[in-house]
Amino acid sequence: MEFGPHLMLATLEGAVTAAVLALTAAGLSLVFGVMRVVNIAHGEFFMLGAVLAWWVTQAVAGPWGFALALVIAPLLVGALAVVADVTILKRLSYDPERTIVATIGLLYILQQLTLMTYGPDARPVVAPFNTRIALPWLERGADGWALIWPWGLGTTTYKLAVIGAAAAVLCALWLFLARTRAGLVMRATQADREMATAFGVPVERVYALTFGLGAALAALAAVLIVPIQQAHYLMGADPLLLSFIVVIIGGLGSLPGTLVAAVLIGLSDGIISVFFSPTLAKILATLLVALVLVFRPQGLFGARGR
Amino acid sequence: MLRIADLRAGYGAAEVLHGVSLSVAPGEILCLMGRNGAGKTTLLRAAMGLLAPMGGAVWLGETRLDTLPAHRVPGAGLGYVPQGRRLFAGLSVAENLDVGLMAGQGGAALREEVLDFFPRLRDRLRQRAETLSGGEQQMLALARALCLGPRALLLDEPTEGLQPSMIAAIRDVVARKRTEGVAVLLVEQRLDAVLSVADRVAFLENGRLAEEMTAEALRAERTRAHRYLGV
Ligand SMILES: Nc1ncnc2c1ncn2[C@@H]1O[C@H](COP(=O)(O)OP(=O)(O)OP(=O)(O)O)[C@@H](O)[C@H]1O
Ligand SMILES: [Mg+2]
Repeated sequence: MEFGPHLMLATLEGAVTAAVLALTAAGLSLVFGVMRVVNIAHGEFFMLGAVLAWWVTQAVAGPWGFALALVIAPLLVGALAVVADVTILKRLSYDPERTIVATIGLLYILQQLTLMTYGPDARPVVAPFNTRIALPWLERGADGWALIWPWGLGTTTYKLAVIGAAAAVLCALWLFLARTRAGLVMRATQADREMATAFGVPVERVYALTFGLGAALAALAAVLIVPIQQAHYLMGADPLLLSFIVVIIGGLGSLPGTLVAAVLIGLSDGIISVFFSPTLAKILATLLVALVLVFRPQGLFGARGR
Repeated sequence: MLRIADLRAGYGAAEVLHGVSLSVAPGEILCLMGRNGAGKTTLLRAAMGLLAPMGGAVWLGETRLDTLPAHRVPGAGLGYVPQGRRLFAGLSVAENLDVGLMAGQGGAALREEVLDFFPRLRDRLRQRAETLSGGEQQMLALARALCLGPRALLLDEPTEGLQPSMIAAIRDVVARKRTEGVAVLLVEQRLDAVLSVADRVAFLENGRLAEEMTAEALRAERTRAHRYLGV
């Protein structure tokens, strides 16, 4: 394949990564922004979403099973996160340092429980639809510009649907935060927890819902990607690392920053992996994090101070 | 109306308030004075339930506040303007007011009424709170508290660092609320300002109420205040 079509293919693959990463990182960023909790177990909520998708699609076959998984997995994982919040984080008074240790513990518990019940195998989930689409490319031939269909340049309807679904969910999340009362309450709590209390906000309930929502976003992202990636009990490590990279580059607690950084990291990961190597992609992403931490520690979009 | 009885509070094991009692009637302004570190802010925070009291009680009318969870206190009718404004940064002026409205029962009508007091805020509804000038921020902090339609107001140095015209504007609003029967507990450091609005004055010294008198009496004998303020 020539360079142009090859680049387009890499960009499409990168866009799928970016879409799923943006959802996952938005959850992490929301939890940190509102609660000041660094959730190390975020990747395990992602993994649980994928594993639950496998269970559900085993129980109910066909596209409806997958549709059901899209609803059930985020709900169950969200509920589990609410329980974890009330039983663990709340008892630590949401202390920033102690919650890091606690969520590390939660990470291992969730991982081991999954290993004991679901097992060590990677299992596939069938996409609800998966038609290949060949994509055209514009080329200058003997008689001017012409559309050609290079061999290997294509994508699937499912991958396009993943990008569309992630974009739709992120728009909905933005509308929720910007336009609803619950979103306003969350932002007020993020700005000043004590003043929110002084204006009638039940902060602990807001925290529980935020933690649940953050986990549900990770689970939803995992359900979307599992037909492309397979479900495995160790699959949470990469999304956690990449989400942290995205959230640090974008600015902790800034949703627009998270989106921009997810697109940046997702696309560059896709493109560099295709043309060079996945390892180089990770090296460059980590280097970028180091540069951001040195020269702009609040992130590209983060507010300074606090 | 607002009654604080033998209130003890502090941070960790350290008690800062050693049993303070005071009460404010409807339509009355009680000014609380005292040196830096005397415990004025601590008293207001404890009354709001933001600091778990170590003893004593807080009543608003027939409602006992100190046994309520902190987030239920504003709904009972207690509005708070904290020291240093503490606006919701990142939220617009309108959204800051909305948070206040959510805590009370008043709807759009109350919001309009509050904005009538503060035309400068009406012109800046879409602006983010942290981009307002210091004076405008203080107005917003007061407007936010008024949006919950409070029966009693706790104001912690609401005119700190403001120019005279701003101070006058805020004083007028507080005076208006007094005529509507709101009980006002006002922490204020400058004697002139206190004498121009207060009905009664209380002096706090090292976490204890040292003396209480009418504004009248203080006006006649201004030097009494100097003892507690260290001027
Ligand atoms: N968060 C806190 N943790 C520990 N001690 C505190 C805390 N806040 C206040 N204190 C202490 O409590 C005492 C009373 O402080 P407070 O803020 O109530 O004083 P204040 O009368 O409002 O003073 P100012 O006029 O400076 O506002 C001080 O000795 C202060 O150091
Ligand atoms: Mg103070």
